Amino acid sequence: MTLGERRSWTLLVVAVAAYGVYLVLVVGRSASVPLVEVDYVPALLWSIGAAIVAGILIGIALGLVTPKRDWKKDVRDRDIAAAGDRVGQAFLVLGGVAALLLAVVEAPYFYIANAVYLCFVLSSVLGSVTRVVLYRRGF
Amino acid sequence: MVKATRVTNDIRALRAARGEMTQAELAERIGVTRQTVIAIEQSKYSPSLEVAFQIAHELGVPLDRVFQYPGGAS
Repeated sequence: MTLGERRSWTLLVVAVAAYGVYLVLVVGRSASVPLVEVDYVPALLWSIGAAIVAGILIGIALGLVTPKRDWKKDVRDRDIAAAGDRVGQAFLVLGGVAALLLAVVEAPYFYIANAVYLCFVLSSVLGSVTRVVLYRRGF
Repeated sequence: MVKATRVTNDIRALRAARGEMTQAELAERIGVTRQTVIAIEQSKYSPSLEVAFQIAHELGVPLDRVFQYPGGAS
């Protein structure tokens, strides 16, 4: 397994785990107050920050445990990364459009922030899934 | 979404004919990873034209001896 494939798995697991923890925290707090009144901002910022830090630290750890011969990136790694990026970017655009539409109808900030965050996560998850599938099944 | 290439190849047999050249040796000579050579051999990845020519060159045969496209274009 190349370093590129290991990093794709890492991004996938970190994105799912961070968003899962965020959802548990926010939904758990909504038991006592309406969902839109939940103080979601700290959980959102902490989960994004933790995902970024975890991604960096795990990336460094993977670099240390991966044999040096597997560090090399070649044209196939770049092709796969580009295909994953294309899928991921589609969801970034979708997040922007969703935020725009929610702002136009003056939706609560809760929905705007969560629509954008969800699309960030989908971008990361589906981009990573695309990369892993392409590494495993070919293209 | 994902579809393996229709391009087939005889890299494995040609490596054997070249004194049991390993996948790692071929990868090193053409500047790709061993995983990429494996993917190409298993028809899971279509190499660029440049990489295809490099493989043929290292195996000492013409390009169409290494790669085939069964059934022609469709």
